[in-house]
Amino acid sequence: MTDAAAETVAPAVPARWQDYVALLKPRVMSLVVFTGLTGLVCARGSLGPVLGAVAILCIAVGAGASGSLNMWYDADIDARMRRTRGRPVPMGRVQGADALALGLVLSLFSVGVMFLAVGVLAAGLLAFTIVFYAVVYTMWLKRSTPQNIVIGGLAGALPPVIGWAAASGSVPANAWLLCAIIFLWTPPHFWALSLYTAEDYAKVGVPMMPVVRGAASTRRQILIYSLVLIPVAIAPAFTGLGGALYLAIAGLGGAMFLLLAGRLALSKAGDATDERVVERRGRLYHVRTGAKDARNLFAFSILYLFLLFAGLLAEHLIGLGALRW
Amino acid sequence: MINPLPESAEAAKARRLRSIAIALALGAFVILVFVITIAKIGGHVADPHRF
Repeated sequence: MTDAAAETVAPAVPARWQDYVALLKPRVMSLVVFTGLTGLVCARGSLGPVLGAVAILCIAVGAGASGSLNMWYDADIDARMRRTRGRPVPMGRVQGADALALGLVLSLFSVGVMFLAVGVLAAGLLAFTIVFYAVVYTMWLKRSTPQNIVIGGLAGALPPVIGWAAASGSVPANAWLLCAIIFLWTPPHFWALSLYTAEDYAKVGVPMMPVVRGAASTRRQILIYSLVLIPVAIAPAFTGLGGALYLAIAGLGGAMFLLLAGRLALSKAGDATDERVVERRGRLYHVRTGAKDARNLFAFSILYLFLLFAGLLAEHLIGLGALRW
Repeated sequence: MINPLPESAEAAKARRLRSIAIALALGAFVILVFVITIAKIGGHVADPHRF
């Protein structure tokens, strides 16, 4: 446990219930619910709508528990980074011990209810995901290796597998294909962001790729991961999972993704702080030269992943058949 | 006995809202367990030949 996480200080302002909601990282929860729901629907299992909704609730609460444990452990570095210093624990609104307790209680709740409502496979996968994010990523990888978000990305990639397991009681290759898409999407997405937020990570000693290997290497690795991601993203159209709509989204969106990753690779994004804008007050980050290319890829990566899963979800909900080859 | 520090109006309001949130969460949990139970048992709970 970190020194800051171990500190017990009286809260400067009284905690509101909204602060405890913030500990659960609602935006991450919404993404996890979306991908978990897609896995659940694509499985075409025998799980009814009530238990299906309970399974999605458990996935959401499990993700929230992971977020709370993350905020407890990382309170020391969160307090020194612009993006995270407004979180409830570094702000002193919620004590670290309370964030820890909330995370543990919700972890037990989500896994326990998943087990009772759905079964041991989905509950086991959910427990693994929580432990992987809170312990393997947060406590170990994040501060020790530039591959932190590559390996740690598995935690964010597992929700569709959990959803699939909840619906059907099994995890076939197509479930792991959805996992692989998110897993390979995470490095280009997160490194594009870190190219223009590297100062924050450097300041607190978190070895993000641009901090350790430099911007040029990061841009090159973003392009390599993108080149691997796009074929994998198109693959569901050839495995009986995706239809014509999905193929169009994955293909056209993938071409755009590669174009933006290529432009980023040729840019100077992250090479040096842009002196023209760094002194402006109120900026969230020190803007670096060529950051526009990194921002473009970061923004489009979110849209691309959303459209991929929305396409699959729509095809399965309205009954569009998968492509037959 | 040491008297506790007087609680500000803002702190009291925040504590009351936290208490309500906890009560709602506990109530929701009870309903959730009930709904799961009914869904798992199914619609034949009163059928004597089911068991």
